Amino acid sequence: MKNKIRFVQGNEACVEGAMYAGIDFFAGYPITPSTEIMEHLASRLPESGGRFIQMEDEISSMCAVIGASLTGRKSMTATSGPGFSLKQEAIGYACMAEIPCVIANVQRGGPSTGNPTHVSQGDVNQARWGTHGDHSIIALTASNHQDVFQITVDAFNMAETYRTPVILLLDEAVGHMREKLIIPEAGELDVVSRLRTSLGRDVDYHPYLPREDGRLPMSDFGGEHKFNVTGLFHDMWGFPSNNPKVIRGLLRHLTDKIENNIQSITRYKEHYLDDAEYIMVSYGSSARSAIHLAKERRARGEKMGVLELQSIWPFPAGLVREKCADAQAVLVVEMNMGQVFAQVKAAVKKPSRVFLGNRIDGKLITPTDIKTYFRVLQGRGV
Amino acid sequence: MRRTRLVFSGSGGQGVITAAIILAEAAVIYEGMEATQSQSYGAAARGGATRSDIILSESQINFFGVVQPNILVCLTQEAYNLYSTIIRPGGTLLTDNHFVKIAKKADARQVELPMYESVMEKIGKPIVFNICVLGALIGVTEILRPDSVMKAIGDKVPKDFLKMNNKAFELGLAMAGE
Repeated sequence: MKNKIRFVQGNEACVEGAMYAGIDFFAGYPITPSTEIMEHLASRLPESGGRFIQMEDEISSMCAVIGASLTGRKSMTATSGPGFSLKQEAIGYACMAEIPCVIANVQRGGPSTGNPTHVSQGDVNQARWGTHGDHSIIALTASNHQDVFQITVDAFNMAETYRTPVILLLDEAVGHMREKLIIPEAGELDVVSRLRTSLGRDVDYHPYLPREDGRLPMSDFGGEHKFNVTGLFHDMWGFPSNNPKVIRGLLRHLTDKIENNIQSITRYKEHYLDDAEYIMVSYGSSARSAIHLAKERRARGEKMGVLELQSIWPFPAGLVREKCADAQAVLVVEMNMGQVFAQVKAAVKKPSRVFLGNRIDGKLITPTDIKTYFRVLQGRGV
Repeated sequence: MRRTRLVFSGSGGQGVITAAIILAEAAVIYEGMEATQSQSYGAAARGGATRSDIILSESQINFFGVVQPNILVCLTQEAYNLYSTIIRPGGTLLTDNHFVKIAKKADARQVELPMYESVMEKIGKPIVFNICVLGALIGVTEILRPDSVMKAIGDKVPKDFLKMNNKAFELGLAMAGE
């Protein structure tokens, strides 16, 4: 059967990816520029037997997502900067209670209500450290609609695999722009199902006792087993504990289950990277301008390439170090004050060769903007 | 490599964005091309100048902003004043002489057509003005096959209004040939 070709906004590509991954619950509160995700799921979910709720605010939406996920639903919410701020406490709860869920943040300008209808990539660090306390998190991003689809499926898969909230860090430019999307056939992409315990009703179930492979089988809340879920440090039964061994063990587990799997989690693309002397590290809509420029420069024989990151957290420092090892200069192209730039600088062997090529005025960074940065760092003036 | 960059401009409510989406969708779905459509919008979009950027290409499109359009459509005087200078030398500028009075000659093929007046006279509903513009644009530039755009209109427009839209499209197409 022929694949379905669609012409959609990035936000709709995200919805299609979520449907493919088996989403069956969404709760949210509309906010530009993420609203189309909610709007399309409002019609798609009831058709497929899923549930859709527009909640009274972002906090309750996140809480509803957590509750639904515990009962066995593949759950998601979508928001933008101000809403993402409101969700942080509950995201921390989901980290602590190890609840699989996906939070799409279609980034707009901030802080505060900022610049609702214009693009930004200013929430990179908030995705990492928006909620308090030591924890690890997965944040994914994409620059075109086919990749938005794929990375959304990946987000649901990783949420289930690692029992963790996964942040989908999209941006206004990709979210609102329309382009082609080919919807893969069922079975073409892997979809990870909820790992449920095989224990029967009368068997003692330990919700927080990892299997040998580190994964924790779940039991649908309200079903076969009774168990406790809390944001407090807890033992293998889920009951609060302040036993130092329990606290240390859980905190390590929450970090290690993600950081130790960085190779499986890392997503990236290389564009003209072989033998590149000048490397742009970029992601999301910024990466499109970087790729545009690299293609143009390659046609003129200049050795320029792009390392496009699709997973930002955990930050793939090893990958960046390896790919940028031989570069004369590394330009981090992003639409913020240098959030990924700081990570790249810390990752590479020669941090003095790393430069920031940014744009922060709500306009999509253009290939011409990036050209100007290169002229300056190559000592050619503007 | 065939690559066309277009800017549609006018005022909120004229259907500029809808026309842009239909055009780009026709290229992707019915001609197997790559296309991007984007728009800037803000709280002041309604009634103010509205603009949509479209790129049609046979190869992958990365940066999707249009800096210098090959084809520029201006449907209000404000849009014309704002954007007429960005056209690529030798490009095509399409305006409606009911709304736009051309001030000076740009280095472009300037096509002024009475699209609005024809729609009002022959159909009587301003709502299909944008589709008539689309027809004229296809007629003037031949960037896509008319039947591809007709099919895309059919996908977007409610059934009861399809006949009226098709008529508007053909009106524009015929006007370009005259």
